[in-house]
Amino acid sequence: MTDTPLPATGRHVPDRLNSRAHRVLRSWEALLLTVAIAIFIANSLASPYFLDAWNLSDATFNFTEKAMIAFAMALLIISGEIDLSVASIIALASTMMGLAAQYGAGTIELVAIGLVVGLLCGAFNAVFVTVLGLPSIVVTIGTMSLFRGVSYIILGDEAFRGYPDSFSWFGQGYVYWVFTVEMVLFALIAVIYGVVLHKTNFGRAVYAIGNNPTGALFSGIRVQRVKFILFLLTGLMSGVAAVCLTSRLGSTRPSIASGMELEVVTMVVLGGVNILGGSGSIPGVVIAAFVMGLVTFGLGLLNVPGIVMSIVIGLLLIGVIALPRLAAMALNRRKAS
Amino acid sequence: MSMRSIPVRELILGGAILVLLALIAGRFPDFVAPGNLANVFNDTAPLIILALGQMVVIMTRCIDLSVAANLALTGMVVAMLNVAVPWLPIPVILAIAVLLGALMGAVNGLLVWKLAIPPIVVTLGTMTIFRGIIFLISDGKWVNSHEMSPAFTGFPRAEIFGLPVLSWTAIAAILVFAVMMARTPLGRSFFAVGGNPHAAVYTGIDVGKTQFLAFVLSGALAGLTGYLWVARYAVAYVDIAGGFELEVVAACVIGGISIAGGVGSVAGAVLGAIFLGVVKNALPVVNISPFWQLAISGSAILIAVAFNARAGRAKGRIILKSAEATS
Repeated sequence: MTDTPLPATGRHVPDRLNSRAHRVLRSWEALLLTVAIAIFIANSLASPYFLDAWNLSDATFNFTEKAMIAFAMALLIISGEIDLSVASIIALASTMMGLAAQYGAGTIELVAIGLVVGLLCGAFNAVFVTVLGLPSIVVTIGTMSLFRGVSYIILGDEAFRGYPDSFSWFGQGYVYWVFTVEMVLFALIAVIYGVVLHKTNFGRAVYAIGNNPTGALFSGIRVQRVKFILFLLTGLMSGVAAVCLTSRLGSTRPSIASGMELEVVTMVVLGGVNILGGSGSIPGVVIAAFVMGLVTFGLGLLNVPGIVMSIVIGLLLIGVIALPRLAAMALNRRKAS
Repeated sequence: MSMRSIPVRELILGGAILVLLALIAGRFPDFVAPGNLANVFNDTAPLIILALGQMVVIMTRCIDLSVAANLALTGMVVAMLNVAVPWLPIPVILAIAVLLGALMGAVNGLLVWKLAIPPIVVTLGTMTIFRGIIFLISDGKWVNSHEMSPAFTGFPRAEIFGLPVLSWTAIAAILVFAVMMARTPLGRSFFAVGGNPHAAVYTGIDVGKTQFLAFVLSGALAGLTGYLWVARYAVAYVDIAGGFELEVVAACVIGGISIAGGVGSVAGAVLGAIFLGVVKNALPVVNISPFWQLAISGSAILIAVAFNARAGRAKGRIILKSAEATS
């Protein structure tokens, strides 16, 4: 990042372990946390409704489902791959759950169907990327159409309703006081992924693959197997998110969660994960989830329409990558002169 | 080495389209009547134009997911302009549409060139930003046909030698791109940058600048299509051409343009677009719900990319073997 590398020249794998970029990334979480606190204070000053336990609890729905996927996506992006089909997996899983509900499936069966469909979709992506060796961007752009396309074939312009009452627990239930089921799931998944990425051999392998896939292979890491598992995990997490979202909305349309892949990728990149792979952390993604949730909630309280929020999300996505690079360029220029 | 393989791939695709047409003609002969085929081509014209722009972007190892949003924003701007200044002549509208589209392409290109941000991130971001801007300038309202001037909506439908202007625009774009890719330094540099960026640098080609120009081209074509689209359907709103960027990428991938860059042809992109166009227009004729369209284009992407990658890999192995044999 110190020199301006040729953009998108494929396998450009910079050595990040002792570069300045690594040190910047270390402080990224600190910077992000400051931003989160600043947004929190700004929001509580801007709207009298912000500092209310129940409002804040409602606000977490803005990010919990996306963040569940973002944790798995973070690992996938660190390993140098990407999955753009996550929102379509949600659509397909939700459609299958809706279909099963029409035939009288109970809550346990519905959850199982959601998770299994997620896993199968993940496996489908994984086979194309790891077994056939195709680029994950194209494969998941294809499956993005395919998975949602199947939902459209099944549903057309109809909607599934009539989920059993107990099913609403996942998206609408509370574990204790203002703490929702989704919040607890979010925290649990965050801890699991944090431990997996930062404390296990598997996590080290993910970093190694992202930094240098050939080097990883020669140090005895089964690169394709690790990537296969990462696609499975992303599919599974999309299944979990599908269960939560379907349960929260209580209905399924084929357009459910459309555009969510963008928000998930934004969350991961905002969390300091390098989009080219090789570096990033789970705590960063956790803070990024809160930042995005707070921004959306704050803008919502100020009656800003959803589509304008998407401008903010788009600017965030480009801005968080552009600003450090602009700063580095300015720094280099000063050094050179 | 790719000189020999590219025509074969296009022959296969062309053959697939003919087989498809023959299958449909077997039960619905009216579908292959010249008049209907001209309609299918006209209906596919926006896809063809955008696929040509996307082709050069993909060839330089980038991707442009913002084309549909660019199209919608330009369309909304010229539609609102037409409502505000109805006497504005069509050539001026066309110039504004092309320039505005090129400007949005330049934003993508600059972020990729000067800041080295991965194209997929840039264009995912600008895709939502452009759509958001449409909402901001239009306040979420529609511009309907009765508000537009007859000259504005009539232009893409005006017939010259029996074909509408929209079709002629696509034909002109195909010819311009065919000459550019084969005969101009810029066209050749798209191949060079995608094929081997490091070698391209040593031959004096500015890789970043070439990618920038690819985005500008793609944006300009999206802008042009934006006006034609809005005028043809005589309506402009926030969500027009929603998800169309995926169809454009699908047309390129089906047409054999390698996402790894450097491989592709004008004929491939055009045939890829026509394949999708024929499928789309045939679905209602053969009584299949249009809701199948999305899944079909998704499957077509997967099949095409798997097919092309296999063809590419087999070639690589042969080269390796001969290299081993000589060493």
